Amino acid sequence: MLRFLARRLILTIPTFIALMFVTFMLIRLVPGDPVETRRGERGISPERHAQLLHEMGLDQPVWKQFAGYANAIAHGDFGTSLISHEKVLTEFLTLFPATLELSLCAMLFAVAIGVPAGVLAAVKRGTIYDQALMSLALTGYSMPIFWWGLQLILVSSVWLGLTPVSGRIDPIKFYFETPTGFMLIDSLLSGQPGAFANALWYLILPTIVLGTVPLGVIARMTRSSMLEVLGEDYVRTACAKGLSPFRVIGLHALRNALIPVVTIIGLMTGALMAGAVLTETIFSWPGVGHWLIQSIGRRDYPALQGGIMLISLVVILVNLVVDLLYGLINPRIRHAG
Amino acid sequence: MPADVAAAGLEVQAEALAPPRPLAEFWRAFRENKGAVAGLCIIAAIVFVAVFAPLLAPHPPIEQFRDAFKRPPAFMAGGDWRFPLGTDAVGRDMLSRLMFGARLSLFIGLAVMLVSAVTGIALGLLAAFSGGVVDVVILRVMDLIMAIPSLVLAILIVAVLGPSLTNTIIAITAVYLPRYVRLMRASALGEMQKDYVTAAKVAGAGPLRVMLSTVLPNCMAPMIVQGALGISDAILEAAGLGFLGLGAQPPAPEWGAMLSDSREFLQAAPWIVTLPGLAILVTVLAINVTGDGLRDALDPKLRRG
Repeated sequence: MLRFLARRLILTIPTFIALMFVTFMLIRLVPGDPVETRRGERGISPERHAQLLHEMGLDQPVWKQFAGYANAIAHGDFGTSLISHEKVLTEFLTLFPATLELSLCAMLFAVAIGVPAGVLAAVKRGTIYDQALMSLALTGYSMPIFWWGLQLILVSSVWLGLTPVSGRIDPIKFYFETPTGFMLIDSLLSGQPGAFANALWYLILPTIVLGTVPLGVIARMTRSSMLEVLGEDYVRTACAKGLSPFRVIGLHALRNALIPVVTIIGLMTGALMAGAVLTETIFSWPGVGHWLIQSIGRRDYPALQGGIMLISLVVILVNLVVDLLYGLINPRIRHAG
Repeated sequence: MPADVAAAGLEVQAEALAPPRPLAEFWRAFRENKGAVAGLCIIAAIVFVAVFAPLLAPHPPIEQFRDAFKRPPAFMAGGDWRFPLGTDAVGRDMLSRLMFGARLSLFIGLAVMLVSAVTGIALGLLAAFSGGVVDVVILRVMDLIMAIPSLVLAILIVAVLGPSLTNTIIAITAVYLPRYVRLMRASALGEMQKDYVTAAKVAGAGPLRVMLSTVLPNCMAPMIVQGALGISDAILEAAGLGFLGLGAQPPAPEWGAMLSDSREFLQAAPWIVTLPGLAILVTVLAINVTGDGLRDALDPKLRRG
């Protein structure tokens, strides 16, 4: 197991270096030099221009610049935003809990509905239930989520007035410190009555929207995995022993059918955090994706560079953890790796 | 009736002796899946509309009618048959824009699929056949692309190149390339161990011939399925970028871009928001249903990754 862990960790290093290189190239590939874009309307003298270039280290050879960039990252310095003049890492860390909270809730929603739906479809294979559930799953999988979000807002918020349109909590009724950044936890910590329910209320629509595509994937995957397992000998043995169908399906079949599903859940959680860009934009959710899009609009390249670096780093780490967990769940993989 | 049995037996024999007709066999398997056939019909209809958009559309897609801002669809109160599906916020005919939008979306989907599939097949074959350093380098680069989340990578590429339709296609092609490379490499490696490839080599076929005419055709089934599903993924991704303002630029009638500034009209003119998204959903769903049918017909063992 330790060797497996070491091997996987070493394998991520080249990926990490290449990732640094790609994000480093970003700023150099953007048309126009950074001093030009920052100088404003009046223009500057050639001397001042050279001085600024020197200050930003842009007059040095490219490999030296890259070494400096890599060195800064190794020391936890991911650059400074041009607009807010805050460290990109600080900004990322204040925004990331919002994205994580939303992604986890969306995944929970997708699993809570997707797995039972997949099992039901597999058990009732070929019936109208199966067809209906799988049609819904495919529709979910094919959903343009930005449109789905707008439709839900239209029906639920605008026409029925049931749910809030944007944000994480009612800013007029509730105000409290957010030490963890997770609104559900902070609202509980604040001790204000109704704050938790209110935070949950604001989470519902974004959760459904972000969870729809994974829901479709999980339901389809659970069904096919379950169908495979239901044909295995040990399931027939369990049936022959006279166990109730509930026990056979719930205990013997599902446990084995879930192994591939768990992997895909893990891998999708990483992708969800990054894919939350659209959902966050629709609901003005103050997370990382929303911030990245705003950074593009503001031409805040250091923020974009650092932000992409950090979110990719998170996804790489999540995938690494999933790989390791997979080794734990399924011992057959461990030795092969 | 022994004569009948004999005749039936002869018939069976004749059938078995007839040369295999892969296309006909494929069609028979595909036809079983009613949903897939329906999906194919819808795709055909969308392609028809896209090809003949200039003839079918009642108005040019970017013409503004200054007397008809946010006109509701004809079947709603206050609608006008001049604009069957209403007009948008600046008085452009929705139906015409949707029809021309079909051209853009299908073009993006096909372009991305063709470029990434052809490049992916070439790189995958190269990796499988050369092995060693070339193989490792290609695989590592693909791993890197896959390590960066797809939408973030697309945003990064678009941020560097600037938002436009062409750059959207470039970005999404780069994002989807690894799938084809890995799939191609894996199935080529699998095929290369089989006896018929050895036989071809023994018979004196050169490496290029083995690569392209012996191995490649036998790896095509999974690639075709992946390609079909890749079209719908590309359409969705392009629409997402368009929605974020990073894809096709106004006034291009791209379905995602049509939604991007429509949020403020959600209440006053819901059709502006609803129709383009519905077009995306129907197209993507039709392609996915057909892709599923294609997969079942070509290889029942294939599972969607």
